Amino acid sequence: MLGGVAVVASLMVIGQRNPIHSVLLLIASFGGLSGLYILLDAPFVAVIQIIIYAGAIMVLFLFVVMLLNVAREDTEQDERVHVQVHRGSMRLGAVLAGLLVVELVWALASAGTLGGTFGPMAGLPAPVTSVHVIGQVLFTRYAFPFEVTSILILVAMVGAVVLARRETPRPAAGADAAGGSEERPAF
Amino acid sequence: MVTLNQYLLLSAVLFAIGALGVFVRRNLITILLSIEIMLNAVNLTFVAAGRAFGTADGQIIVFFVMTVAAAEAAVGLAIIIALFRHRESLDPDAFTSLKW
Amino acid sequence: MTPILIAQIVLLLFVFFMLLNSAAIMVYVERKVAAMLQQRLGPYLVGPRGLLQPFADVLKLMFKEDLRPTAADAFLFSLAPIISVTAAFAAFAVVPFGAETTFFGLLSHPIPLQVADVNVAVLVIFAIASMGVYGIVLAGWSSNSKYSLLGGLRSSAQMISYELSYGLALAAVLLIGNSLSLTHVVNGQAGYWFHVIPRWYVFVQPVGFAIFMIAGIAETNRAPFDFPEAEQELVAGYHTEYSSMRFAMFFMAEYINMVTVSAVAVDLFLGGWHGPFLPASLGWIWFLVKVGALLFFYVWMRWTLPRYRYDQLMAFGWKILLPIAALNLLATAAGVIHFGA
Repeated sequence: MLGGVAVVASLMVIGQRNPIHSVLLLIASFGGLSGLYILLDAPFVAVIQIIIYAGAIMVLFLFVVMLLNVAREDTEQDERVHVQVHRGSMRLGAVLAGLLVVELVWALASAGTLGGTFGPMAGLPAPVTSVHVIGQVLFTRYAFPFEVTSILILVAMVGAVVLARRETPRPAAGADAAGGSEERPAF
Repeated sequence: MVTLNQYLLLSAVLFAIGALGVFVRRNLITILLSIEIMLNAVNLTFVAAGRAFGTADGQIIVFFVMTVAAAEAAVGLAIIIALFRHRESLDPDAFTSLKW
Repeated sequence: MTPILIAQIVLLLFVFFMLLNSAAIMVYVERKVAAMLQQRLGPYLVGPRGLLQPFADVLKLMFKEDLRPTAADAFLFSLAPIISVTAAFAAFAVVPFGAETTFFGLLSHPIPLQVADVNVAVLVIFAIASMGVYGIVLAGWSSNSKYSLLGGLRSSAQMISYELSYGLALAAVLLIGNSLSLTHVVNGQAGYWFHVIPRWYVFVQPVGFAIFMIAGIAETNRAPFDFPEAEQELVAGYHTEYSSMRFAMFFMAEYINMVTVSAVAVDLFLGGWHGPFLPASLGWIWFLVKVGALLFFYVWMRWTLPRYRYDQLMAFGWKILLPIAALNLLATAAGVIHFGA
């Protein structure tokens, strides 16, 4: 049922005209996914999903949507100008996505039962749920990717600030109203 | 939702929805959102597989994927802001000519 | 319906009811304390010593006309205060406020005085605080007025900036507490050093406590960090266009957030429900006393300190508080490795 929530919300995300509604629906979809993670015995990932994805990344999206003041997609205006290109490419896109689903389902079916059934009663290896174990594995086996990820985030932050900067030169002293990777033009 | 296959199927469907969004939508921000949907579908696959094999690796990879997704969303949005300032439009078709 | 389930449902309703009351009590306390600090009387007309003032306020708010700007996005406009209030209540659901108790032997085995006993309680609180930002952002946007939009964006930018320092201070105290479950952290603070000084983590982590409280004040948008809702600057910021019950909901959400931050600080730093002279089953009295002290501190700060300007506020959060929190975390980690405790 939670999966149903995730799918429905995602479908509505791509179907909505107003980008703010899209963002909110995506947050709902993430909530559904977080519930699924809890069912999969991964409480840490579930909470992290809410904190990072629904809590931070989507706020960033909302900020940008509000700043750019995107009211709605101008599909009516577009249709008057690029009618043929518009509809043709949409149909092609839908066909490609459908093909993707078919292919993935076929791959799953031909691989047979991978791991079989699982649930609290099944004889699977015991699930690893505690944050303690995750921390241990993360900082020993995956220590190098962890450090590289921190450099990645630093680069992304610097890149985002530089890319979103206005072109007019600013006085050197007044450049700190920006917070981290978001640049608010008129504050 | 009992079998691993069902989770993988759900993940495939979500991924396809994200891909559909990228193909079909005419708004840069919505395209980025669809990319996030795809990344989430992949996260679901990792967590489900990690659970099926009983290791913590699935959850750790998800941790890294989320971090990369955050970095990519930030940079992508910064690019969109820069593009918007230049053309006042969020339609990908407005940027088809190489002239800045 | 086993007795334990009944007890848990009763506990849930009790907590909900008490949170609602706490918002009302805070209204009164704030005005009386403000009056004391400003050497005047405060509310004294309604009821003995003005004690019925919160009821008068609630009645007034309920009877006010419920306005909605026509250009506002109706769904989001109604949704925003709901999100704020829901997040505020939900965060308190994982905060334990008393030792395990059997309610005078009525239950077969003890349950903790907490609505939901989650292993990752600290992370859940953090996650719900992140969701609370949406209430404000959506309120600002959906009101479709420039004051609201600016106030909403500024307020939410402030909240997410101070969440970082909040999280780092939390991480430092978790290194010492050794668990993500608040019940374990509180139980680690039982007992005394030298029979006199209680083993509260505030003595081990004074800097962490200070950072946590400052970040908490900024998170709940209270003075001196309440620029986004300052009357002199932005009319009323993100809740300019709201009236009557919707405004009451934002108001309530703010007070309940304050209570939650204080309760978490008490659990993490001030020993939760442990205290002298009382048996463990009455520990919630100590909890209330400590939370009350922190709330008094909150109100005191509001009416004593001048307000930070927005760019000063952001500069403080990013350039001063965040490095201090990070250094605190490093020092704590070094201390834990060295002393092995």
